[in-house]
Amino acid sequence: MNGVNEDLPQIAVLGAGHVGPIVARLAAEAGYQVSIAASGDPEEIALTIQVLAPGAEPRWAADAVAKADIVVLAIPLHRFAQLEPNLLASKVVVDMMNYWPEVNGSLADFDRNDVGSSELVAQRLAGSRVVKTLNHLGYHQIDEEARHAGDRDRRALGVAGDDPAAVALVAEFVERIGFDAVPVGRLSAGRLLEPDGPVFGRPMSRADFERSLAAVAA
Amino acid sequence: MTTTTSGVRGAREQSPLSFGLDTFGDLNHENGEPVPHAQTIRNVLEQGVLAEQVGLDFFGIGEHHTDDFPMPAADVVLAAIAARTSRIHVGSAVTVLGSDDPVRVFQRFSTLNALSNGRAEVVLGRGSSIESFPLFGYDLADYEELFEEKTELFAEIMKGGRVTWSGKMRAALRDQDIVPHLDAAMPVWIGVGGSPHSVIRAARYGFNLMLAIIGGQPTRFEPFSELFRQAQARFGQSPRPIGVHSPGHVAETDEQAQGELWPAYRDIITRLGPSRGFPMPTLAFYNREVGPRGALYVGSAETVAQKIAQNLPILGASRFDLKHGMPGMSQGSLLRSIELFGTRVVPRVRELLATKAA
Repeated sequence: MNGVNEDLPQIAVLGAGHVGPIVARLAAEAGYQVSIAASGDPEEIALTIQVLAPGAEPRWAADAVAKADIVVLAIPLHRFAQLEPNLLASKVVVDMMNYWPEVNGSLADFDRNDVGSSELVAQRLAGSRVVKTLNHLGYHQIDEEARHAGDRDRRALGVAGDDPAAVALVAEFVERIGFDAVPVGRLSAGRLLEPDGPVFGRPMSRADFERSLAAVAA
Repeated sequence: MTTTTSGVRGAREQSPLSFGLDTFGDLNHENGEPVPHAQTIRNVLEQGVLAEQVGLDFFGIGEHHTDDFPMPAADVVLAAIAARTSRIHVGSAVTVLGSDDPVRVFQRFSTLNALSNGRAEVVLGRGSSIESFPLFGYDLADYEELFEEKTELFAEIMKGGRVTWSGKMRAALRDQDIVPHLDAAMPVWIGVGGSPHSVIRAARYGFNLMLAIIGGQPTRFEPFSELFRQAQARFGQSPRPIGVHSPGHVAETDEQAQGELWPAYRDIITRLGPSRGFPMPTLAFYNREVGPRGALYVGSAETVAQKIAQNLPILGASRFDLKHGMPGMSQGSLLRSIELFGTRVVPRVRELLATKAA
């Protein structure tokens, strides 16, 4: 593990289930200062984080977010409604959640074809700058496929958002934790990264990823 | 990429090695046509009987509710296997506790333990199946809470004696005697696919840990074994066994085994993909899973034995359950796979691990 690089933005990961500890570990290994929170007392996740994401600090959610520049939502979408939007105001928020009714059950608020799930997330988090990424690979793929820059097996992650500065910040995060960040446009274009899209669940090189998206756009 | 240090590494050696088979009641095909559900269930009974004959320690059946896996009442089939065997342990793989009732689960398996003279085991979990939630009127969004509470109640019942319990997801119990009482130990495992909460939960209740590794690199579960050991120490629990459940198929040669499984694997993953989050299967993907760093144990007896012997020590596991076959395979190829697993793979794994330990 590398030491903490104080020049990098600080990361808060919300969620300590399947996904959160993996993202926290990769971020800590990349030199980010990382805190991670579940819904309750950090003491309850302390051992889990010590073993699965060494270097990340368990905190109460409010404490983790207060210090963070980037907040990663690593919770299931059906828990999103319980998150207080004010908590995330002014933050860059990474939405790695998916609306996937076959797997997680239906949610009335998200059960529509005309907008992507991240657009609905962004509507609720009106004071935040939402960027969609990390959602289209499974947690075990994120775990296994992270590679240093230049590795020939490095995989792509699409990044979508409406705020160019936030997208740039998150793209750099994606690059540093082990993936080629591929901008796919505004948050509305992030629908290409959703469960029924061409790249979901498929680790691909940047070239294959771009080809897959171009084929859909054509 | 993660390295871990074990403070209680000696615990790894305490449990004797054991080997089993798991099935989900995968629908058999004969000559390219599906056989009736009822025939598939009778075929599973024969698989369980053969498993004992070839020397295996465990035969597990996982609850499922679909045309591909018509196996909702695994405990009934396990009872039939128990009646025709005398030594092999029989259990679930898994029991979907969140959509079941802990009292009823205990009663069914303590009955099985009675019938089999102490050969029942329970593996609690969700599996990767979700069908039981809408089927029995549960909301998938409540999955975590249902499992948490019901595991707590199940652990309370397993202590023996009268049960007083209350929670949100089920009616309370007050000073309740739950029968039949156990007259022999009944191991309880928690099946874990990727949730650290479930690892902690297994440790807290003194249950065994079954790592369900169905895709990707098996060694990525090593931190979960470490977490289990540290959590047991934290909760003052004595070290419990760690097991691995992974899919596979054994035949005379690597080519034959890979060729027999591939069409079945391709078809079932294609059908389940949208609902389970599996990527569409390609031959390249399959070959990677079959290879030394993937999750599938497919090949000749030697190939499969080498892979098991390679992974068990890394994961600190003393139990390996091969989830044999997939829907669409013939009973003949499954029985041959079981025979090879029991008579060739398991002895070879024991030999390889004894050499490693020496």
